[in-house]
Amino acid sequence: MTYVNRTADLAAAIKLGLTEDEYEHIKRIQEREPTYVELAIYSLMWSEHCSYKHSRPILGRFPTSGPRILQGPGENAGIIDVGDGWAVAMKVESHNHPSAVEPFQGAATGVGGIVRDIFTMGARPCVSMDSLRFGELTEPRQRFLLDGVVGGIAHYGNCLGIPTIGGEIYFEPSYEGNCLVNAMSAGLIRTDGIVRAIASGVGNHVVLIGSKTGRDGIGGASVLASQEFDETLEEKRPSVQVGDPFTEKKLIEACLELIHRKLVVSMQDLGAAGLTSSSSEMSSKGFVGLDIHADRVPLREADMEPWEIMISESQERMLAIVTEEQLADVREVCERWDLDCTVIGEVTDSKMLRIHWHGERVADIPARRLADESPVIRTPSVKPGYLVDDPVTVDDGSYPRPQDLGAALTQLLAAPNIASKRWAWEQYDYIVQANTVQIPGSDAAVLRIKDTQRGIAFSNDCNGRHCYLDPYRGSKAAVAEAARNLSCAGALPVAVTDCLNFGNPEKGEIYWQFEQAVEGIAEACEALDTPVVSGNVSFYNESFGQAIYPTPMIGMLGIYDDVSIHLDDAFKAEGDVIVVLGPEAGWMDGSEYQKIAYGTVAGRVPDVDLQLEAELQAKVRAAVAARLLKSAHDCAEGGLAVALAECAIASGSDGGAVYADPDSPARVAGRGRWLGADVDLGATAAVAGAAGRPDLALFGEAPSRIVVSVAPEKLAALEELLGGLPHRVAGRVTGADLRCTMEGEELFTVPVSELHSAYESLPQRLA
Amino acid sequence: MSSGPVRFGVVVFPGSNCDADSHHAISTFPGTDVRYLWHKDTDLQGVQAVILPGGFSYGDYLRCGAIARFSPIMQSVIDFADDGGLVMGICNGFQTLVEAGLLPGGLIRNTGLKFVCRYVNLRVETTETPFTGACEQGELLRIVVKHNEGNYTVDPDTLARMKAGDQIVLRYVNAAGERADGANPNGALDDIAGVCNEARNVFGMMPHPENSVEADLAGGADGRKLFQSIIDTVLRAAEVTA
Repeated sequence: MTYVNRTADLAAAIKLGLTEDEYEHIKRIQEREPTYVELAIYSLMWSEHCSYKHSRPILGRFPTSGPRILQGPGENAGIIDVGDGWAVAMKVESHNHPSAVEPFQGAATGVGGIVRDIFTMGARPCVSMDSLRFGELTEPRQRFLLDGVVGGIAHYGNCLGIPTIGGEIYFEPSYEGNCLVNAMSAGLIRTDGIVRAIASGVGNHVVLIGSKTGRDGIGGASVLASQEFDETLEEKRPSVQVGDPFTEKKLIEACLELIHRKLVVSMQDLGAAGLTSSSSEMSSKGFVGLDIHADRVPLREADMEPWEIMISESQERMLAIVTEEQLADVREVCERWDLDCTVIGEVTDSKMLRIHWHGERVADIPARRLADESPVIRTPSVKPGYLVDDPVTVDDGSYPRPQDLGAALTQLLAAPNIASKRWAWEQYDYIVQANTVQIPGSDAAVLRIKDTQRGIAFSNDCNGRHCYLDPYRGSKAAVAEAARNLSCAGALPVAVTDCLNFGNPEKGEIYWQFEQAVEGIAEACEALDTPVVSGNVSFYNESFGQAIYPTPMIGMLGIYDDVSIHLDDAFKAEGDVIVVLGPEAGWMDGSEYQKIAYGTVAGRVPDVDLQLEAELQAKVRAAVAARLLKSAHDCAEGGLAVALAECAIASGSDGGAVYADPDSPARVAGRGRWLGADVDLGATAAVAGAAGRPDLALFGEAPSRIVVSVAPEKLAALEELLGGLPHRVAGRVTGADLRCTMEGEELFTVPVSELHSAYESLPQRLA
Repeated sequence: MSSGPVRFGVVVFPGSNCDADSHHAISTFPGTDVRYLWHKDTDLQGVQAVILPGGFSYGDYLRCGAIARFSPIMQSVIDFADDGGLVMGICNGFQTLVEAGLLPGGLIRNTGLKFVCRYVNLRVETTETPFTGACEQGELLRIVVKHNEGNYTVDPDTLARMKAGDQIVLRYVNAAGERADGANPNGALDDIAGVCNEARNVFGMMPHPENSVEADLAGGADGRKLFQSIIDTVLRAAEVTA
């Protein structure tokens, strides 16, 4: 064969995305010129996507351990003990570039990949959530991307029978050329049933299970994930894989059976860089060698070359280490599920990753050195010039006071970033598996754990605009908000998985954003006691040199000892008292109001007081646990007024479906028609240097604020529990209008039906 | 028939994904015994009612349920149904029953051209079936639909016969119990959500009652009456035989 002699040269290395230094380093490791297959393997394993070469030195800043953490970063997923012998495996991963090239398949395979990370460890995937970012919906291409991405997530997740219970979607011009698709998944596992991706046992078989290998996704990790986009976007389509959720569904059932029956020594999924990354990771972690016979891999296309087989990213494939004694049982399980099951190699004591092709050795790489000696790069960071130190001055003439505050509210509710995302989540099966306690649309997704009182909750958050204006403060706020969302639902936040989406890390300003964001996340995770257990870094999110807003997406897990306490954001009964918890300062800077009403993004976002935040959340959780509250809702985009409107709008929803006729008889107590609110802002407008601006009290944004409603007879107990925490009794739940006053003077009254129409107007923008 | 637990079988195709939910739902009823029936098998293990669950049977890259109807287990289910056995198809199970010719009509793409997961109000149009006997005539059930191909269609002559034969079992209505714009999630002809065969022992519905059996979950408990009806029917038959 020609492959053994087909040595590569520097030109080939550069074509594969390696640098001259990296090529020289490879020669030193190999002690000769590498073969072409070897070079292809190095190029992928040392790509940004697989090696984290720009981020590794910084990520060490994260807190990653704690009494509940059974598995931190470094495995396919992080694992957290949630009680009664149960644990949760969780992870988020980006599929930004594939989705920008081919939205449906890009997003679908993003879901497929993250789900494999979960069941590879032995956990049954029980929930998916997706964080999406696009350019403005006024652009037809952005509507096409949104439609394709949501459709792809729905197609794959629904077919697998894994509920997709929410997520978040935001639209900003900075994502126009580079949308973000961050897929998060979590699964339930018994604490004694965890499997890790470590090869062991010299002589054991290396078994490939699942789909045949084709030319799809060749070089996805290096070509797509580790470069910026330019005019060659369309040419990159062949690098996007095509998903087959039916095969993945069978793979889930077969692999979980193999793991539960202890028929495999270890297991690893084939994700980015396919067989190359899975085999090199398994061997390097296990301090063993692997001999892989590439010619034994079942192929879709007969004429594939060994390097193509090794780097193909064909989906729905798993690699397992199996003993000779258990091979027959493994084959039986795979046959029952109509899955290919092929012995393609064996574990050796050589500590070398060796690839064979019809009896000849085409690659012979020291596995540890391939993993350990991948380059580390620290770009000298540069503080971007656009940053400012102070908040904007609202009374300098750039922010004229609005005449009609009610109209400003409906305009905000209709803004795509705030409007209901029902259009998207109604395409997701959010109820399969019979564990869903809280469906999408409230602050958190809530699930029960069958046969226990326990429950788990998930949220994901990141305000990219805030992170752009101040990556440190914005990232801190993202962690705080994710936790606040869980606390509003009554769940104790316990762990984080993060997806750090940034521009090109070779640029000093981007690297600075990254460092700042990691510091902010780390501080907030320490203060809120939520270690980072897994995650993903996605760099090179740029097109034509324009970087996205720094978008460190935070996915968070919360737990319940007793899930029956869970709470949502809907007002429940007329006469209930509305209390605003936390400081009421509302900032113009970085707010949705600033963008929608004034068309600008400027200033400096407020810093989160983490001590106050922790106290606020602990008090809210205590109030939920004591069943003092009727509803709780985080104040986020759109400020206090939008939060109140959302509580009112949700009051007319029954488990997700708005009654066609809001005046119809209620089928659930307190629901079935919209409740409104009568709220006074007090003297709260004297904030953020904007005395007498009721619009800022209504729409200004700030961290650490929660709106709750409480039955009048429980108000005293609540206030006693709150103690010294800043709070204010602001009004009452009423009939069908939202009315806001300031020190008694009316600001606006809007029927909730009108607010609802604005809030549910997203489909009209997509038509 | 012997007394003892009411024996249910839930068919498992490789792409079924509501099989476990159906199994779980039935197991919340005391006095039931529920087992899985693997698609490659032909033995129905003496069950008294068969559930064809939701999901994507064999991936459904072709028409939904088009391959499932040829599976070994389906040949047994068809024989079972022909002998008067109780068969309930939910969502993909409904699609499979239609493909197998056990129920009239067909299920095509939703008019919205998208998968839709949503609470709907169902009106019980007849209690004269083994699947709705525990309901009140005209009762409303609030249950989730989740499908891409739930748009029921049938030729006018058959529809007329079905109406005359009281085979329309469930319709989509609004919260006031009236047929109305916006109440039908998929464009189904005549707002049809569930139908039975002429012999009334085979029933298919698009919504998912198995996700509506526990009041403390988001799905509520309105689906219980449908499973209760099956249990009542089997127990009554056992009494008659005894």
